[in-house]
Amino acid sequence: MADKSRICSVWLGSETGILKGVSLARKQAFNFCHMSSLSRDQEVRTLCWADPAESELLLGAVDGTVKTFSTEKGVFTETRRCGDPAEGGFTGLAVTESALVTCVESGKLRVWKEESSSHVAEVDAGKSVCRMTQNPAYRQKVATGGKENGLKIWNLERPEQPVFAAKNLRNDWLDLRQPEWVRDMAFIPGSDKVVTCTSHHQVRVYDPSSPQRRPVLEVQYEEYPLTALSLPAAGHSVVVGNTRGQIAMLDLRRGAVCGCLKGLAGGVRALQCHPARPLVASCGLDRFLRIHSLDDRTLLHKVYLKSRLNCLLLSSRLDQEEEGGAGQEGEVQEVKEEEDEVWDAMERVEEGKPKRKTTEEEEEGVQKKSKKKRKKGQE
Amino acid sequence: MDITEAPKKQDKGKKKRTKKPKKGSADPQENGAGSAVEKTEAEKVDGSPGDAAFPPTFSVSEIKNKQRRHLMFMKFKQEKRKQKMQLKKKKKKEREALGDKAPPKEVPKTIENQRVYDETMVDPEDEEVAFDEGTDEFSAYFNRLTNPKVLITTSDRPRGRTVRFCEQLATVVPDSHVYYRRGLALKRVIPQCVARGFTYLMVINEDRKVPNGMVLCHLPDGPTAHFKISSVRLRKELKRRGKDPTEHSPEVILNNFGTRLGHSIGRLFAALFPHDPHFVGRQVATFHNQRDFIFFRYHRYIFKNEKRVGIQELGPRFTLKLRSLQKGTFDSKFGEYEWVLKRHEMDACRRKFHL
Repeated sequence: MADKSRICSVWLGSETGILKGVSLARKQAFNFCHMSSLSRDQEVRTLCWADPAESELLLGAVDGTVKTFSTEKGVFTETRRCGDPAEGGFTGLAVTESALVTCVESGKLRVWKEESSSHVAEVDAGKSVCRMTQNPAYRQKVATGGKENGLKIWNLERPEQPVFAAKNLRNDWLDLRQPEWVRDMAFIPGSDKVVTCTSHHQVRVYDPSSPQRRPVLEVQYEEYPLTALSLPAAGHSVVVGNTRGQIAMLDLRRGAVCGCLKGLAGGVRALQCHPARPLVASCGLDRFLRIHSLDDRTLLHKVYLKSRLNCLLLSSRLDQEEEGGAGQEGEVQEVKEEEDEVWDAMERVEEGKPKRKTTEEEEEGVQKKSKKKRKKGQE
Repeated sequence: MDITEAPKKQDKGKKKRTKKPKKGSADPQENGAGSAVEKTEAEKVDGSPGDAAFPPTFSVSEIKNKQRRHLMFMKFKQEKRKQKMQLKKKKKKEREALGDKAPPKEVPKTIENQRVYDETMVDPEDEEVAFDEGTDEFSAYFNRLTNPKVLITTSDRPRGRTVRFCEQLATVVPDSHVYYRRGLALKRVIPQCVARGFTYLMVINEDRKVPNGMVLCHLPDGPTAHFKISSVRLRKELKRRGKDPTEHSPEVILNNFGTRLGHSIGRLFAALFPHDPHFVGRQVATFHNQRDFIFFRYHRYIFKNEKRVGIQELGPRFTLKLRSLQKGTFDSKFGEYEWVLKRHEMDACRRKFHL
């Protein structure tokens, strides 16, 4: 089990409660669970890394338990009860220096300290929260959003009031309130801005540092609810997925679609872009994990995992696998260098002059043609 | 133009040359040009009468005259057929000559044979899939906790064929009720159905007086499948049919639902009918999946002796094609789709099927 978990580069949580690890280099998928004690209550809703070294994973299940899985040992090490199943499943899990932050669908955001069964702080983030995300730069800041519950950014050190609460758009031309339903959000690195995607097929960018609480930018994509969002390594764009299985890259500078990624047949539940390379991993209701390349939009890997998938996490082991491939490329480059030496050793035969002559002739010819054209134009 | 004309003329001449020895009759139309060609004709006849070969770059489609082109093409086909028959005879002779040592007969290629390997084909011993199926939305039916109760309705203001189709469907599916739609929104109909204990909602969509779509929604919170219906034959359009079906519950046959998606759809159909079929009624409903089309037939069978069965087709006959499977009850706006047919991506390969 330990060796299996050590080679896995992508981790996924499924609706049947099984944690799946996929090793792309070996093209194998492994299930980490106890087959005898499977139940739908254990449906995994969120996954997150417990520490920056990525040695432990935290899984949030529907029945309110948070399990810790060690990737080194390949077993579940701990289970904590962090909530009631009546409040709904987890919509976000985050880890700060000393505490665990959980958020459930009914809107309760709780901070749990180690080794205590009751929460230290609680925030009411609205009536319904669909997602809670943590700012990777400032780990104390989290954002929440849900149905008829706009984006709110909270600072966990001062949990009474949100740092930023977004305002809904103005009433439309019939003076009716615009519906809002935030499904996913992400913090744009390098600035204070937050991108959200909604079930009304809108992608909005909010800027807490600016005085306006309304969105700074709004982009619409297709006609189906957008359920997942991710920011690629190269800035200024965002990858979104909707319930029909359409994944698109949107450019935030222009507010337009860059391109679509094809292949998914079912609704997208989770998307994650690799932090350094132009790759995006997607999983959803069609029981497949797909990895696309962002620059040429081709499908690189497709893995069939027999249950519907809810969430995914990329590990840094993906880099190492790619480095293995890059090492081979390095060898190829070395071979090329040797060839270059051979060529350098040979005498150089100059053919520059006739080439220059022909180019000069071409230039003259072009000039003559253009002159002729001008003359014709004048006539 | 001048350059190209000459070879063409030559070709036509050659054709005439090859024609004449075969046909043995002079073309009355070609008499004018015939005299010029006759000189070369003699040479050609001497040359190689058995060599019916055209110059290598020639093809039948280059002949401009339609009648002649047709004739040449027919000849070409006959030649080919002859060669094929000769080859077949030869092979048969060899096979007979070898007797027992003959190599096994080759299996002809069909699209079903050439089907692209689908990694989602369900392995019967797979525990995870078994657990997934055992605890999905149909588990209540398959654990015998509920009995099916079907509500059949149509899109608004149905016309003749669709109404009759719904009535016939109601005789085929036991415990089904047909209701007139009255322009009600499905999202409002669904909670009422759940309250009255229905397990299925079937909506037949009509276009230009003909049923063309079906939405099948499993009720407490089950998946919704949207199908395209084609080739509907009502009872009176069937030849050699039996008398109308009785009230007995039919047996259900589900053929060829192999992939994971196919399993889900198969279970969707199976849960329409009551658990225990009445074998006394000798009626059977078949859902046969071939190349992603699901054929529905309803028969009555009778065993004449142990090996021979007689069947009579009863009820309506139609073909379904799955367009989308949505998780949860009907919600086209905010529902999440488990599978959507995307024609340009999925129908590109003729040998790839999803059910």
